[in-house]
Amino acid sequence: MDAEPAVASRAVAVGSRRKPKAERLPGEARRIGYLYVAPAFILYAAFNLFPLGQGINLSFYDWDGITPGTWVGLDNYVEFFTEPAIREGYAHVLQLMVFYSFLPIVLGLFLAALLSRIRIRGLTFFRVLLFLPLVITDVVTSVAWIWIYDVDGPLATAMDAVGLGALVPSAGWLGDFNTALPAVGVFGLWGQFGFCLILFLAGVMKIPASLYEAARVDGANAVREFFAVTLPGLRYELQVVLVLTVIGTLGTFDEIYVMTGGGPGTSTSVPAYQIWSRLFRTGEVGSAAALGLVLMLIVFAVTFAINRLMERGAER
Amino acid sequence: MTPTTRPQITMNYVLLIVVSAIAVYPLVGVLFASFYPSGPGTSPSGFGLPPSLEWRNYLTAWEQGGFADSFTTSVIVAAVMVPASVILSILGGYAFATMRFPGSKAIFYLFILGLIIPTEATIVPLYYDVQALGLIDTYWALIILEVSGEVAFGIFWMRAAFLSAPPSLLEAARIDGASSWGALWGIMVPFAKPAILTLTVLVFADSWNEFFLALVFTINHPTAPAGLASFSGRFTTDIALVSAGAVIVALPIVIVFIIFQREFMRGMLTGAVKG
Repeated sequence: MDAEPAVASRAVAVGSRRKPKAERLPGEARRIGYLYVAPAFILYAAFNLFPLGQGINLSFYDWDGITPGTWVGLDNYVEFFTEPAIREGYAHVLQLMVFYSFLPIVLGLFLAALLSRIRIRGLTFFRVLLFLPLVITDVVTSVAWIWIYDVDGPLATAMDAVGLGALVPSAGWLGDFNTALPAVGVFGLWGQFGFCLILFLAGVMKIPASLYEAARVDGANAVREFFAVTLPGLRYELQVVLVLTVIGTLGTFDEIYVMTGGGPGTSTSVPAYQIWSRLFRTGEVGSAAALGLVLMLIVFAVTFAINRLMERGAER
Repeated sequence: MTPTTRPQITMNYVLLIVVSAIAVYPLVGVLFASFYPSGPGTSPSGFGLPPSLEWRNYLTAWEQGGFADSFTTSVIVAAVMVPASVILSILGGYAFATMRFPGSKAIFYLFILGLIIPTEATIVPLYYDVQALGLIDTYWALIILEVSGEVAFGIFWMRAAFLSAPPSLLEAARIDGASSWGALWGIMVPFAKPAILTLTVLVFADSWNEFFLALVFTINHPTAPAGLASFSGRFTTDIALVSAGAVIVALPIVIVFIIFQREFMRGMLTGAVKG
């Protein structure tokens, strides 16, 4: 799914979480701590923090990567508002979020609520199967879905068999201007769904049975029980999944590169792909740097906003 | 547990089976497709078993896709970056969990920030930095960048693991006169073994699956996923052959996942949920 699968994804919970107990500063005063932190910090600073500074500088230039660049001030940022292609990329990412975030969460919640009512035998086995799409390299799963969406692939074959062959796009789903983006979306839904379900199932099992019993004594039906017990009990899992999937979608790259190359036309172009293509295809280095920084700011803002909203929701 | 009726239970299992089947179908489909006769024009429909078992596809894909070379890159990069990431994370996590030094909090939060800095934000300047260092298309570029990206999560993870150790453990070591270095390797690392194993597995998966960095920084020595991407681009019409390539690239991570599935789950679930 995301360009930086696990790292960026596992990030999330970070900003949130009520004060961990360890907030009382742990340990004793020891300056030798610097030595322990130094190797990791030097690498991290040199290849993550320092480039951020360089990127800010680059973003003020019009530079093709070879000849000397010219200072253009904020032009590369103004582009963000004036160039339709950039807005289009974000519009695509917003649509993808429905598939990468909203639908997996809704389906995962629904199924987790259903499944929470029984003790599942062989859960480990099902978990392994449901996790596979997330564990296997995006490039591999993308290759699988290229075949599924092919004009002669399984989806077309199945539709032919039930008499819907006329609805198969002549260039396959990934080759059609109208269907390429939702097709990528369905791929994302497939990749994210298992993770959401398993995370929610794990969360549901931690909800004390007494809460369910109490709800039932009060005569709550399954729907009331879901909104009164299950959903509040999964608040934290929900927050995590929401941040994870939304950040992941903002950075979507691998599957776009492998499945569509941003096409047909620009119908599946996304911000990360535009950055890559400006850097390597069109030689708009300063603009690529600016786009990367803007994407980062959006990721920060979204992470902050979701964590804030969910925490405020919890206080009520 | 809730009072549930038999049909309800059956219904739930049916649901679970359907959902799992959807998750696995594209993968099993590719596995089957990889055994179909290769060549353009032959298209596995995705239903039923392959007409024959064309093991040859694997040999052809291995050669045509240059997987000997791309596997070498992936293996070398992982062999260096996994131990390096884990050791640096252990050292850093230990300091943040057991020591107090001026600025430690600020430095820790800087690392945390790294968890959400997207690669896209730094990739442009990084490209020119790596070029200036003369490391384009080398193993070192991937190793250094991947380690520098993993330590943020690793330190975060190991700090939590060391914090969960009972304080008496470390105190006892100190009373015995152990140095901080001795206490780390003699007491804390053995205590945190499960967390370290989980971290190792996750870091390996990240390294094996890394695509974006490989795409940007390698030319003639791609990693396995990058090699597959270009192979699939060159042989778009030969589904059987591309599928064989996909299976080859997926196999190592699937094997690791099946062996260490408990660590994987713990890492992906608590790694996501635990702050």
